Amino acid sequence: MSGIPHDHYEPKTGAEKWLHSRLPIVGLIYDTIMIPTPKNLNWWWIWGIVLAFCLVLQIVTGIVLVMHYTPHVDLAFASVEHIMRNVNGGHMIRYIHMNGASLFFVAVYIHIFRGLFYGSYKAPREITWIIGMIIYLLMMATGFMGYVLPWGQMSFWGATVITGLFGAIPFIGEGLQTFLLGGPAVDNATLNRFFSLHYLLPFVIAALVIVHIWAFHTTGNNNPTGVDVRKTSKEDAEKDTLPFWPYFVIKDFLGLAVVLVVFWAIVGFMPNYLGHPDNYIEANPLVTPAHIVPEWYFLPFYAILRAFTSEVWVVQIASFVTGGIIDAKFFGVLAMFGAIAVMALVPWLDTSRVRSGRYRPMFKWWFYLLIFDFFALMWLGAMPAEEPYASLSLIASAYWFGYFLVILPLLGVIEKPLAEPNTIEEDFDAHYVKKSGEATPAE
Amino acid sequence: MLKKLAIGAAFALALAPVASHAAGGSGHVEDFQFSFEGPFGAYDPNQLQRGLQIYTEVCAACHGLKLIPIRTLSDEGGPALPADQVRAYAADNFSVYDAELDEDRPAKPVDHFPENTAAGAPDLSLMAKARAGFHGPYGSGMNQLFKGMGGAEYIASLLDGYTGEEKEEAGTIFYENVAFPGGWISMAPPLFDEQVEFADGHENTVRAMSQDVAAFLMWTAEPKMMDRKKAGFVGVLLLTILSVLLYLTNKQLWAPHKNKKTS
Repeated sequence: MSGIPHDHYEPKTGAEKWLHSRLPIVGLIYDTIMIPTPKNLNWWWIWGIVLAFCLVLQIVTGIVLVMHYTPHVDLAFASVEHIMRNVNGGHMIRYIHMNGASLFFVAVYIHIFRGLFYGSYKAPREITWIIGMIIYLLMMATGFMGYVLPWGQMSFWGATVITGLFGAIPFIGEGLQTFLLGGPAVDNATLNRFFSLHYLLPFVIAALVIVHIWAFHTTGNNNPTGVDVRKTSKEDAEKDTLPFWPYFVIKDFLGLAVVLVVFWAIVGFMPNYLGHPDNYIEANPLVTPAHIVPEWYFLPFYAILRAFTSEVWVVQIASFVTGGIIDAKFFGVLAMFGAIAVMALVPWLDTSRVRSGRYRPMFKWWFYLLIFDFFALMWLGAMPAEEPYASLSLIASAYWFGYFLVILPLLGVIEKPLAEPNTIEEDFDAHYVKKSGEATPAE
Repeated sequence: MLKKLAIGAAFALALAPVASHAAGGSGHVEDFQFSFEGPFGAYDPNQLQRGLQIYTEVCAACHGLKLIPIRTLSDEGGPALPADQVRAYAADNFSVYDAELDEDRPAKPVDHFPENTAAGAPDLSLMAKARAGFHGPYGSGMNQLFKGMGGAEYIASLLDGYTGEEKEEAGTIFYENVAFPGGWISMAPPLFDEQVEFADGHENTVRAMSQDVAAFLMWTAEPKMMDRKKAGFVGVLLLTILSVLLYLTNKQLWAPHKNKKTS
């Protein structure tokens, strides 16, 4: 599959040849797990495996939960408590699933920001990046619908607020919202369709993950230097790479095991830390919670949604130009989806020819500021919609868009990049030179 | 490098729980010391039994526990009442409607505690998890990380937080309470000193009883806490061993490649 020259599977015995000429599945698996991988990958490259693990974990625990869960407005809340109390190991399975969603998003955010720093989105990996963004969007949809299923107060009111966003779309909004909810308000029809889709989408994600892997196995992995693997000959390629199995499988499993120590400690000792107490109150359409706050992983984009109020001049201009079609609410919705769209378009917004942020002295600092901005937005998303948070949200949102739409295009023109190493081998060996016969400690 | 990774993960998690911020107003919640706090904490069966007695004699007049099967009172890691006492407790205190008999009969251990909506009071089954005693500071979630979510502390503070002041608004009497968000609650002070007599003569001040019943409600909300913590320990231990083994494997695997000289 890979464009990097390497050994392929050769069927030897009669049985192997028999199978291979009919279905070359062993060859496919061999090529996939033996793929030449840049040997200088650092620890930021483990999160792909963590994500694959999360997907399997969520599907497996989810399938067990479905065996005991009842998607009905009168029964859902009690059925979750039935899982917590009466099902063997049910409390652990449910807490793993609940916190597994958080682990999933921790991993996906680190994975995305790793790609943003090392330029993993740049040619020829644009398709990998776009598929990744679609997976991320589907993850958000799945996470959101999953949060509705326990039918607590935050489930109900979160669903009301988020589907209300679609209602803000001019002309078709109201009809679209009714279509999504299956009625005029969040009710049994909503719960049932969310349950159905919450079960379906992970399998769509699984299929897209295969395409995601297929795409970057075709181009080869990026690496911390951003320099391509030499493809001139098999010998040259072998100097830059090591096979995925066993080198990276073991390394990734080590990373995964350490991450799981932390994850398991959270599940075992503070499983509700990342949740909201209001979701232990059964949904009640007549009582609105004091603060409706989404799950932590939506907060940065929730902050952007709320930042654009009718007092912001950009919103006023947009409203004036469109004759009121784009009002503050719709502008907020556009901004929220736009914030993800600009991230998806980054392969074409970044004009620098240098992939890795390591060799981009100015880019580095703007990137670190983007990370800070992301956490600032996350914090602001949880704060009440009042000063000074409103103004801070606006500044932080402006930076998010500024980074992608202004800074990245300009940096490619004005920045003077540092010299990149000639080969991956050179970079790798610079880290691990033999010191008078004594082993260098692993980094 | 592993450190960098761990810091990254810890950083993400530390900033993540801002979502838990902002569960309605800010009353004063005292950080009571409960036996079940922290990774090593365990429920005190005696305290849970006292809490059950207070619930039965006082709270049950208005509040239900509809999600709790009565049989779980005999669970290990809970109040751990002997099975015959649970049977007697169910029959003596509650009657339930039996659809087969089409009439009320004394409750059995298989039944749940009855629902009680007579006074418009909320069900208490999950109350200790439905309230957070601690927030912030500044939405950072740090207080909850170090003090816990504070649901039981909130309940104890509320029961012990009446100032004695009352006011009437639109025909409803409100009682001043330092722990309640907004400061005025419609529930009359439910506990007074020496209201419940414990068989072992345990302290029965409002303050002591508030903590006992809060502990009991923490158990009703999280009955598998002890199992969960045990699983937590076993899991963390096994995963740590696995990490060490993988670390050694990885080191050995990569060693020949990491020491190669630049050619």
